[in-house]
Amino acid sequence: MSVPHALLALLSEGPKYGLRLQNEFESRTGEVWPLNVGQVYTTLQRLERDGLVESDGEGEPSQKQKRYRITPAGTYELADWLRTPPDLVPPPRDELVIKVLVALQIPSIDIRELLQAHRRHVIEVMQRYTRIKAEAEEDDVPLALVADAELFRLEAIVRWLDAADVRLKQLPSTTPAPVVDVPLEPTRTMEVSQ
Amino acid sequence: MTSALELRQVSKIYGFGPSEVHALSEVDLAVERDELVAVMGPSGSGKSTLLTIAGSLEDATSGQVLVDGTDLAAVSRSDRAKMRRRSIGYVFQDFNLLPGLKAIENVTLPLELDGVSSKAARAAALEALEELAVANHADRFPDELSGGERQRVAIARAIVGERALLLADEPTGALDSVNGEAVMRLLRAATHRGVAGVVVTHEAQLASWADRVVFLRDGHVVDQTAAPEGPESLLAAGDRR
Repeated sequence: MSVPHALLALLSEGPKYGLRLQNEFESRTGEVWPLNVGQVYTTLQRLERDGLVESDGEGEPSQKQKRYRITPAGTYELADWLRTPPDLVPPPRDELVIKVLVALQIPSIDIRELLQAHRRHVIEVMQRYTRIKAEAEEDDVPLALVADAELFRLEAIVRWLDAADVRLKQLPSTTPAPVVDVPLEPTRTMEVSQ
Repeated sequence: MTSALELRQVSKIYGFGPSEVHALSEVDLAVERDELVAVMGPSGSGKSTLLTIAGSLEDATSGQVLVDGTDLAAVSRSDRAKMRRRSIGYVFQDFNLLPGLKAIENVTLPLELDGVSSKAARAAALEALEELAVANHADRFPDELSGGERQRVAIARAIVGERALLLADEPTGALDSVNGEAVMRLLRAATHRGVAGVVVTHEAQLASWADRVVFLRDGHVVDQTAAPEGPESLLAAGDRR
């Protein structure tokens, strides 16, 4: 979540104080992404330094007294950011993938039991996000969107675990080959074109 | 306390000799009223077999199935049929509504088959359709309803009357994710009004609507989720990103 751009979006509705920005940020993300007020003020300072917002409380000793408004440069930056696709490649190093790959090398590990332990954990987290949706008003769209984003991300992990399960079941044997000390060839890498 | 549904050491074997298939092996499962349990597992893990045995649509090879404390094996065939009509509601993937009957007639059918007067059956059916927000479509035929509306009618048929147990096999069928979620929301609400629910699904998002998720693999119950923590536990970590 880009806090600076979320604050710019809130300021695009009109000038606001820091505390109000914090409240609105949390309520519009269904309070799933908490934000402390210190982080709001630090971010506003940086945005002001970069000319993306300006404040009308010049000379006020406390930031609480300052009211912030978005500048034309800020409006441009926000529109540009909204249309820029997030960085999806190269893929991040996934801790769970690494754990499963490591486990494959250890004969004493029951790999399918390991996959199930992770599957259970992910689904327990999904149940908690679903309870947020279940207990909210059905027309609370921002909250549903935030919870959906987390749920789809977590569901993808479960589907990966399911696919891993099927692939491992199809293997004739999961016993790792004995380690032979030979010169290493260059590591294979997976390239994904932009 | 008696569970609404209890499976004790239930096994199901199809075929004989070398072609024998163990669909379920010594499954123990208890589901309480007010509880929605999701059964997850890959294709061939025994999910649908578990549901059909729980609903008395087929018999277990061994073990006991108790609905509201009554052992299904200990009652006569006609009493079992009566129990299926009165105590157990089913929701299927493809809705299974009778196309020649209006929505309300589809819902009254199980009650009328059970000897309830048409006036009382109609009142109960209207109440169930209202609960599912489709009472205004009561006089429409299934092909005049959208997929989501048809499934609401199917759930109304499953919960009408005094059901103890609601069984659903992939109940969101081909619905999109938002309409699928609406179906799960309704099933969850129905069970929390005093029915025990079991939903078979392979989709994690749908399963996450359940109070408890049971995992089946190769006919065995291999795992289940713990009692869910409150959603506040997601916020306690503070500033996560």
